[in-house]
Amino acid sequence: MKNKNIHRLARDAEKADAPILVSERYARRSQSTEIWIQFRRNKGAIVGLVLVAILVFCALFADVLVDYDNDVTGINISQKLIRPCRAHPFGTDDLGRDILCRVLYGTRYSLSIGFVAVIIGMAIGVTFGAIAGYFSGLAEDIIMRLTDILGAVPSTLMGIVIVSALGASTFNLMLAIGITSIPEFVRITRATALSVSRQDFVESGRAAGFSQKRIIFFHVLPNCLSPIIVQTTLRIASAIIAASSLSFLGLGVPVPAPEWGAMLSIGRQYIRTYPHLTLFPGLAIMITVLAFNLLGDGLRDALDPKLRR
Amino acid sequence: MLKYAIKRILLMIPVILGVSFLVYFIMDMAPGDVISVIAGDQNLTTEQLAELRASYGLDKSVFVRYLLYMKNFLRGDLGTSYITHKPVLQSFMEKFPATLMLTIASILVTIIISIPLGIYSALKRGTIKDNVALVLALLGQSIPSFWLGLILIIVFSLNLHWLPSGGIGGIKNVILPALTMGTGMTAILTRTTRSSMLDVLRQDYLQTARAKGVPEKKVILKHALSNALIPIITIAGSHFAYCLGGSVLIETVFAWPGVGRLIVDSLNSRDTVMVTGCIILKSTIIGFILLLVDLLYAVIDPRIKAQFAKGYKR
Repeated sequence: MKNKNIHRLARDAEKADAPILVSERYARRSQSTEIWIQFRRNKGAIVGLVLVAILVFCALFADVLVDYDNDVTGINISQKLIRPCRAHPFGTDDLGRDILCRVLYGTRYSLSIGFVAVIIGMAIGVTFGAIAGYFSGLAEDIIMRLTDILGAVPSTLMGIVIVSALGASTFNLMLAIGITSIPEFVRITRATALSVSRQDFVESGRAAGFSQKRIIFFHVLPNCLSPIIVQTTLRIASAIIAASSLSFLGLGVPVPAPEWGAMLSIGRQYIRTYPHLTLFPGLAIMITVLAFNLLGDGLRDALDPKLRR
Repeated sequence: MLKYAIKRILLMIPVILGVSFLVYFIMDMAPGDVISVIAGDQNLTTEQLAELRASYGLDKSVFVRYLLYMKNFLRGDLGTSYITHKPVLQSFMEKFPATLMLTIASILVTIIISIPLGIYSALKRGTIKDNVALVLALLGQSIPSFWLGLILIIVFSLNLHWLPSGGIGGIKNVILPALTMGTGMTAILTRTTRSSMLDVLRQDYLQTARAKGVPEKKVILKHALSNALIPIITIAGSHFAYCLGGSVLIETVFAWPGVGRLIVDSLNSRDTVMVTGCIILKSTIIGFILLLVDLLYAVIDPRIKAQFAKGYKR
């Protein structure tokens, strides 16, 4: 690796006499290579990426890693409330279920809720945001006032109201968190679409007689992607916190599913005597949220050309 | 500036009406209604239930009920709770001071920790100390607040017996909930302070100030910080509003008798009037805080004040 760098330095030094060639070499790099190089420089971003990859792996292969019927939901009173030991590294809960297995399986719930909720919010928010940014005037006014209304209610509170009205279930939880993340997506997409819509290539699309749908979705939106991608990643982090918060309040994934927030609400009952019930699910939430925050920050730095050297 | 403030307040009216409509109708989608909660276990016949429902005006359609609600609302009457029969406004005002106290305490904790830490981190940019501060901030941002609250209870009240684990009372009761609520905010505000200070530290006028012989401490605290304040205040203000809204989890963990608990309890008993009323009041208060933050810019930044004076439209 070091050797290669030296070679590259030598090569670059040779080319220093011919600056045009060097700049050509850099210009030939594709945009995605450029972004990857920028992303790779950021140690935190790499840590985030690796952590997310591990978490996705756990979520996908949760069935292989643990036995759902025996370890995750199977009640085994004789094994209840064991403190962390060699057989149960994270201990067992009030019904004798292994906490390590439940935390591992819980990855599936948290990630799927985070992803689906944010996709719901993004699909609706980005569509309306792009429309609001492209058409100024009445459409924009209506969309933005509706966004203001939805955004005026604090999101945790709105989530609580929606879930308790629709009933506590995994899908309703995803829906509630998705709905509460719409305003942010509308605002961020509108702001970007507004500036992109004023550029010449959009004008030339119009001149070429493209339909407005085509201009919005194939010309304007692809040029708004960077902030949307960053927002999506960071929003997954907050959606995971929101999901576990609602489950903690008993308004989320129904028992006996090993959702981390729901596990914490059981742990709370034993907080005086068996704090290990509270410790591990919370750590899992924190690490997951941290991973997505690191990834999101890294993506923002890599995708924002203003920060590029 | 007054014109701008009035315009913002007028714009808030349709938003608040929209919020009331939204919450009222979402609440109506809930299975079961307040009657089943009131009737409880007392085996009432269908006729008796219908009578009870009619006495609360719940036999009418949701549109009629909403219009009646709005009629009273526009007269300044937020209605009375189905369960406690107390006026909504009164119940809200009984609980609001507790929530406000908690939020103010947490913002104080935040400011005391994050601004010095952010400045320090910016001054030591790229060093190990800076990196430690950044990692701490990132951790603080990723911690779920209710879990942090539980952990603080385990450490400081169950093991060390230093502080009470919940309830409202003296200053000791506020410390843990305020720390819990403030942690996420502290993390974000530290990062904001750091990046805002880094932007300002590059400016030439700091060099000028130093060349004039202004002591370094004054250069940082007066010349640099006062110019770095705007993003800091934006974030702090919007987080103040956010905490007022999101206090429900902290209130649950620490058995804190605030508005968040009131709303959740009312939701469980399907008390539509109470829930809608409290959310309207909370959203209005948050709207006003955000407006105040915007107006505060003008006080801090003469450039923005000049824009207001010229009739600059936002």
